[in-house]
Amino acid sequence: MVLIRRFEERTEEQYTRARIGGYCHLAIGEEAATVGAVDPLGDHDYLFASYRDHGTALAVGSDPGAVMAELFGKAAGVAGGYGGSMHLLDVERRFLGGWGIVGGQLPIAAGAALALDYTGSDGAVLCQFGDGATNTGAFHEALNLAAVWNLPIIFQITNNLYGMGTSVAMASGETELWKRAAAYEMHGERVDGNDVLAVHEATTRLLTMARRDRRPSLLETCTYRWRGHSVADAGKVYRSADEIAEWRTRDPIARFEHQAIEAGTLDVGDVSELRREVDATVTEAIKFAAAAATPTVANLYDNVYGDPGTAAQFARMDTAGPFGERRETRGWRT
Amino acid sequence: MADVTYREALRLALDEELARDPNVFLMGEEIGRFEGSYKVTAGLWKKWGPKRVRETPISEEGFVGAGVGAAMLGLRPVVEIMTVNFILVAMDMVVNHAAKVSQMFGGKVKVPMVIRTPGGAGAQLTAQHSQSLEVFFAHTPGLKVVSPASPADAYGLLKSAIRDDDPVLFMENLVLYNLTGPLDTTAGDGAIPIGVAKVVREGGDITIVSHSYTVRRCLTVADRLAQSGIEAEVIDLRSLRPLDVDTVIESVRKTSRCLVAEEGWATFGISAEIAARVHRACFDDLDAPVERVGSAEVPMPYAKSLELAAMPLEEKIEAAARGLLAECGVL
Ligand SMILES: Cc1ncc(C[n+]2csc(CCOP(=O)(O)OP(=O)(O)O)c2C)c(N)n1
Ligand SMILES: [Mg+2]
Repeated sequence: MVLIRRFEERTEEQYTRARIGGYCHLAIGEEAATVGAVDPLGDHDYLFASYRDHGTALAVGSDPGAVMAELFGKAAGVAGGYGGSMHLLDVERRFLGGWGIVGGQLPIAAGAALALDYTGSDGAVLCQFGDGATNTGAFHEALNLAAVWNLPIIFQITNNLYGMGTSVAMASGETELWKRAAAYEMHGERVDGNDVLAVHEATTRLLTMARRDRRPSLLETCTYRWRGHSVADAGKVYRSADEIAEWRTRDPIARFEHQAIEAGTLDVGDVSELRREVDATVTEAIKFAAAAATPTVANLYDNVYGDPGTAAQFARMDTAGPFGERRETRGWRT
Repeated sequence: MADVTYREALRLALDEELARDPNVFLMGEEIGRFEGSYKVTAGLWKKWGPKRVRETPISEEGFVGAGVGAAMLGLRPVVEIMTVNFILVAMDMVVNHAAKVSQMFGGKVKVPMVIRTPGGAGAQLTAQHSQSLEVFFAHTPGLKVVSPASPADAYGLLKSAIRDDDPVLFMENLVLYNLTGPLDTTAGDGAIPIGVAKVVREGGDITIVSHSYTVRRCLTVADRLAQSGIEAEVIDLRSLRPLDVDTVIESVRKTSRCLVAEEGWATFGISAEIAARVHRACFDDLDAPVERVGSAEVPMPYAKSLELAAMPLEEKIEAAARGLLAECGVL
């Protein structure tokens, strides 16, 4: 959580220095909902996320340098500089992507759960998305499929109260989003998304339910984004300063720190040591990203198709491509 | 005659149409309190209230469909899709429903609806957020498609689109919003008929055809060509369906050379359509086959270097024009 917080703060700073471009959605304030749900995942479990995915990548254990390099658009980034902030992934850690179309990853995650079921794997899928995504058709179709096919999947709503500037109350007929599970006879529940231990406990339990009982579930983790929707949004027009201040007093990191110190599992010295380490890690990540090489134009057509054998064929049919048919060779003017 | 931005021109047209006809209402994500993702509707929710400026959940299929239904009962919904990429979620409502109603029901019901949506690339928004999909709609009978390139055309065509009795796709480009240009609101009400292309620069040496933001790029290219003594005629299609082929043909008969540029993918694209028609109509007039420029046929990559390489920027359009002219022995 500390790593995510620091990484995001420095990402924001790097964005203002124009080293990062495009859309950039920060997860500051939502660390517990992310970490508490990702941490219980095992070696056979898969993970899907939305475009607000920096925290998810770090929580799953991706190298901060490679994540930062992706934000910088470098070849050493987790997606080679092709995907950027919204499309992080880590195939080795079975994190199958940040996705940019709201709701889009839900049916895909259900399909991953289908594949696990199909192959007799003991793995399950965790699919993260926002409150706004529960109003898409894809949400309802994916939940219904998971229910009728008994798929091993947890649908996690990271309810941060807003989809851009639209509050849950404005957008959702049922504002207790977990209750939507009832429409599919699916288990649903809501936990405090700023309490990392509560999220951890719930996810662990629901993973067992998915793996052992083949029962999907809908988990609503209630939290708040401290920043705007993306770095381009100041986040102030549609919500009050009081509301933001109030939520900042419920800082998930401070809360866990307090819990752990009370329980005697951490002492104050550990905490400051951890912060120092995290600072150094993120500084290192930025250095790595800044020094990494930019993808070259020669790589423009790479990876468009999974079959590398067809790349030249497709590049050739592209009139804008480097190999587009040239008129001279056709002898138009003899 | 004041200079306004493209964004302001759209807002003014919306505001005036809301005032003119109580059946006109706006619908879309973030268009109210948030004032629109790209601030096109700024101030309208405050002025007209939630009945006329309706905020929606992230339910594109739902609210585009609702627009079709409301239009069938005689309202005139102007639906904003935040960017064209998200309309794919509602494609069924656009192509299978909106486009079909009039003919499928024997001309007994109409769908007087507008869908406004920006496309385009250039801000490193990556594969899922950088597309130009005009051709999907221009391909579909039952839809009308307009794609203005200047504030005055945006204003005039939006008015016509709203008053039109058929579903009109009003295609914008993110880069256009801050572009400024003259807008004369004193002469009549400024509506511009759908289906009429415009010669935005006259010249006798080569015809350059495009639409939307690419027109601006082509005008820059024309200026550069002028420095080499080449006078390019630049045509802004303005409407893609119906398509004003006659204006293009008339120009090509004069110049004997034709280049088509677009921000979409050229294969099976707008430029393919123009090329086919020009080849057929002007076969004997042409000095060389029609040349085309589009975006590189890849999902848009994030890295700035790759994004720039993929886009049909001025340099590429100019190189294509010079190549074509060289082939004709002119340069
Ligand atoms: C289908 C679709 N419609 C609209 C958008 C634009 N958009 C991007 S994020 C967003 C809000 C999503 O809110 P939520 O699901 O609550 O996630 P959060 O951003 O709060 O994490 C919207 C409307 C989109 N990406 N995809
Ligand atoms: Mg949200």
